[in-house]
Amino acid sequence: MSSKKKKKLTPAQKEYQTFAKSKEPKRPVFKNCVKAFIVGGIICTIGQFLQWLYMTYFNFTEVTAGSPTAATLIIISVFLTGLGVYDHIGQWAGAGSAVPVTGFANTMASSAIEHRSEGFVLGVGGNMFKLAGPVIVYGVFSAFIVAIIKIAIERLGGM
Amino acid sequence: MLQGHQSWVFETKPVIVGSAAVGGPFEARGALAEDFDILHDDLWMGQDSFEKAERRLLEEACETAIQKAGKKKEDIQFFLSGDLMNQIISSSFAARTLGIPYLGLFGACSSSMEGLALAGLIVDTKYGDYVLAATSSHNAAAEKQFRYPTEYGAQKPPTAQWTVTGAGAAVVARQGDGPRLTAATIGRVVDMGLSDPFNMGAAMAPAAVDTIQAHFRDMQREPSYYDIIATGDLGSVGHDIAGDLLNKHGVEIKPEIFTDCGLMIYNKDQNVLAGGSGCGCSAVVTYGHFLNRMRRGELKKILIVATGALMSPMSYQQKESIPCIAHAVAIEMI
Repeated sequence: MSSKKKKKLTPAQKEYQTFAKSKEPKRPVFKNCVKAFIVGGIICTIGQFLQWLYMTYFNFTEVTAGSPTAATLIIISVFLTGLGVYDHIGQWAGAGSAVPVTGFANTMASSAIEHRSEGFVLGVGGNMFKLAGPVIVYGVFSAFIVAIIKIAIERLGGM
Repeated sequence: MLQGHQSWVFETKPVIVGSAAVGGPFEARGALAEDFDILHDDLWMGQDSFEKAERRLLEEACETAIQKAGKKKEDIQFFLSGDLMNQIISSSFAARTLGIPYLGLFGACSSSMEGLALAGLIVDTKYGDYVLAATSSHNAAAEKQFRYPTEYGAQKPPTAQWTVTGAGAAVVARQGDGPRLTAATIGRVVDMGLSDPFNMGAAMAPAAVDTIQAHFRDMQREPSYYDIIATGDLGSVGHDIAGDLLNKHGVEIKPEIFTDCGLMIYNKDQNVLAGGSGCGCSAVVTYGHFLNRMRRGELKKILIVATGALMSPMSYQQKESIPCIAHAVAIEMI
């Protein structure tokens, strides 16, 4: 909570919040990190294996193999979301299954499934990017800023 | 009759002549499965949306409660119901099906006892002979509205709770056999400035404590008067806090009689983090488990304190804190 908001609290509220905080079971941060490392690592290893597969058997180069690799991981993730498995993996793995491309696919697929009951246009179409939208907005925006900085440095003869 | 500052004493002691609890597949694996009248093995209840599934639960609970009371729905004069969905659609749509004159309530998860207290009031003041009080919640429908899509793989913290898929209903009458409503305490809204929707127990605990204290002050009773004092859905975190706060304020409740519906409904191996929550939680545990035990003679006097968090997804996104409320109803076998 911001310090600005804390100021408005009465002494009784402040006292209670400190008390409630002490009663709150702590998030097992270290355990979560280890789990995230393992699951995230496994997902990336699968990605690495897929890339090798595409390069060895399907005439892709190291650069072009990226697209079919990501697509395969997305399909697997969407499939697991549809079967109702991915959320259970997510509860166990935390950031490990949220950060890779599979997590992004899960946000879109889960929103699409959830809002199917409101129809294809307003339900699926309107809500598919509910969770993925912020990632796209701020991903594109930060890429834009970084690109401007890069161009500015180049023009000024920095590189 | 008003007693003290905020309590009602029901002089005619209205009777719960019939009650029913309906649950979903996860509740069927829970600790209180035997106390449900109907258990579904399908989270969709054969419907094509979770919202319709919740409505079906509520309709079934109402129909079963009326049937167990030995009545027809035409005999019921008023229907009081509330739920967690936007504009309480589950209740209103179930009222459309039932065709009973209806008052919609919103007290979030405190709706169960809000409805029961008002049903007691209507019957006690002779403004109705048979009044039906009901409430429902559905895990997936609540997750969809308040949190993330059900299949979204976000990690929940250990303070988070599991919304119960279930509905409970009770028929309150002027005469008959069964547990009787003797008193109710209406709570005030308490907000201690907490704003974490994944820790509702800690937000709601002060409201429960406020209402429990008010009840004993107004009724001039000791906590030992009751065989069980059960809060609605504080979960392990909130229940622990409430116990400590009550001790601090000099209300001594023995740990063996002080419990929480959210801690009772599931088994230990079901991994529901801090416990069960939702309107259905206190409703199914009270209208199923507790009333069954009273009818079997195992319990004589119980106090149910249903707790509710009066927030909306929008108020939370706008960084508002969570105002909470609790209503208590005393039920006795006489």
